[in-house]
Amino acid sequence: MSHPLIRMLDRGATLFLVLLGAFAIAIPVLNLLVPPGSALHVSTYFVALFGKYICYGLLALSIDLIWGYAGILSLGHGAFFALGGYAMGMYLMRQIGTRGVYANPILPDFMVFLNWPELPVYWYGFDYFAYAALMVVLVPGVLAFVFGWFAFRSRVTGVYLSIITQALTFALLLGFFRNNFGFGGNNGLTDFKEILGFNVQVETTRNALLVISCLALALCFLICRAIVTSKFGKVLVAIRDAESRTRFLGYRVEAYKLFVFTLSACMAGIAGALYVPQVGIINPSEFAPGNSIEAVIWVAVGGRGTLIGAVLGAFVVNYAKTYFTSGILAPYWLFMLGGLFIGTTLLMPRGIIGTYYHWRANRTEKKDAAVPNAAPHAAE
Amino acid sequence: MTDSMTESKTAMQTDTTISRQTTSALLYLDGISVSFDGFKALNELSFVVEPGEMRAIIGPNGAGKTTMMDVITGKTRPDSGDVFFQEGAYDLSKLDETEIALLGIGRKFQKPTVFDMHTVEDNLLLALKNDRDVGAALLWRSSLPQEKRIDDVLDTIRLKGVRSRVAGSLSHGQKQWLEIGMLLAQEPKLLLVDEPVAGMTDTETMQTAELLKEINATKTVVVVEHDMAFVRELGVKVTCLHEGSVLAEGSIDQVSQNERVVEVYLGR
Repeated sequence: MSHPLIRMLDRGATLFLVLLGAFAIAIPVLNLLVPPGSALHVSTYFVALFGKYICYGLLALSIDLIWGYAGILSLGHGAFFALGGYAMGMYLMRQIGTRGVYANPILPDFMVFLNWPELPVYWYGFDYFAYAALMVVLVPGVLAFVFGWFAFRSRVTGVYLSIITQALTFALLLGFFRNNFGFGGNNGLTDFKEILGFNVQVETTRNALLVISCLALALCFLICRAIVTSKFGKVLVAIRDAESRTRFLGYRVEAYKLFVFTLSACMAGIAGALYVPQVGIINPSEFAPGNSIEAVIWVAVGGRGTLIGAVLGAFVVNYAKTYFTSGILAPYWLFMLGGLFIGTTLLMPRGIIGTYYHWRANRTEKKDAAVPNAAPHAAE
Repeated sequence: MTDSMTESKTAMQTDTTISRQTTSALLYLDGISVSFDGFKALNELSFVVEPGEMRAIIGPNGAGKTTMMDVITGKTRPDSGDVFFQEGAYDLSKLDETEIALLGIGRKFQKPTVFDMHTVEDNLLLALKNDRDVGAALLWRSSLPQEKRIDDVLDTIRLKGVRSRVAGSLSHGQKQWLEIGMLLAQEPKLLLVDEPVAGMTDTETMQTAELLKEINATKTVVVVEHDMAFVRELGVKVTCLHEGSVLAEGSIDQVSQNERVVEVYLGR
């Protein structure tokens, strides 16, 4: 047994962090310091795109933590992502102030438009960034805790749990669509001006948001690694593979699931909060059940239970989406996404990274078999 | 959880009749009935296991052996009857699987269930008796006494050579042993072992009998088994179940000469 830090930062994890760090430095440098005419210049469009992918990567990471390790298939994680996004959106709305169309110093435009006399109580405090940041984590966290407390205690597992998570996100979708819910209804929250006093539209802010997103992803990745390489992680895998056996060993399965589910929801919330200022809008469509399913596909494509694979999958699928939906193939994108999922399940059930790990493990095994009397611990 | 346990404990202690009845028994089952959709899996089943005893339970298919295990470990709630543990101190019918496991009742399943994706070593680590809280698992660090304990168990179950293999790649017999090893690592007071030699070769069967006898030197064991040669090898008191209740009890020779037992096993 090695030191926890060494277990946590194996070769793959280190490589991942180095790559992420390299992107976080290279992209802003190439965007801000290299003149636009140069071949090396990175466009601001790309900066925003990459920043968006990083947020998707963080959402995928949070799903992989519960699905890949604890076997909890949440088909409603987009809900936590959107709630985090709305919390951030509410802060950004309050920052608009008198620069809105109706120039009301307190009320966001949509409330003026709907003739609301005053700010609803649940909008209080969102003019402070620290409060909004707290809500970004707290709202998804509390919802996940309450939801998980009931679901895991009643031992709802497998496909039944997946279905009620879908119902959860669908219910929120319907709620947020309503104007009297107080979150801008159909249009959601948009037309943001400033974040912490910086203009959200300018290049420097966009680059800063990208760097912060990379940092958040790196930090959450480290937390996930610390968890899955600890004994807690071993218990999670045990629950995934043989839940009732774990119970008969004396583990409180529901407490383990609840902890990891809540943590995962908080991470999804952070991803949503970083996503909103970069794309400039949050509306109820983020709650669409399809979004949550798509995020699960990213994880499946990249390789569940590998963490790195989840992020990679988010990048690969979303890049493909950007690429195909902007060309003549646009009408066929959903068919391709469906085909990708079926193809992955049939041909590469371990996903990209999982297949690679499997291939590497097989190779080392063969090498060990070829050398007689090889040390039994050589594989470690 | 601790609250509910102390509660049930105090509740039991005030009820003097029960504690008098069960003063010495480690496991006490009285008049247990369980029915599934009208089918009576257990019908007024009663028997008692004394501390330090090894008991073999035999019986034809559908006699209720596994249901009895389920009742003791909290998987199934009895419709009626009493299940007490440790001289009547705990009412098992009021506790869930986790609480019962933490009281010191370990169970090996009929079909070997080990954690396939974990190494042999990690399987034992998970079973090892220590704090099972979320926080403790997050902050867990390996320690010398724990590694020593795992080594000891690996020696006992003769799996030291494959300690870093994943459990899924073990042979059927090795999985059976690993599961027994996990039981040992748990350090339970009572071991419930369901068909430990199913699918084993004759040599493995005899080795398993030896292993269980070794374990019985320090722990109470209840073994459910079909294999008569194995039960004979164990040489312990035998309880024969039939249609959810006790048909005969005694030494293997007494039980196997019992006319009713012969009738039940060979058909009427």
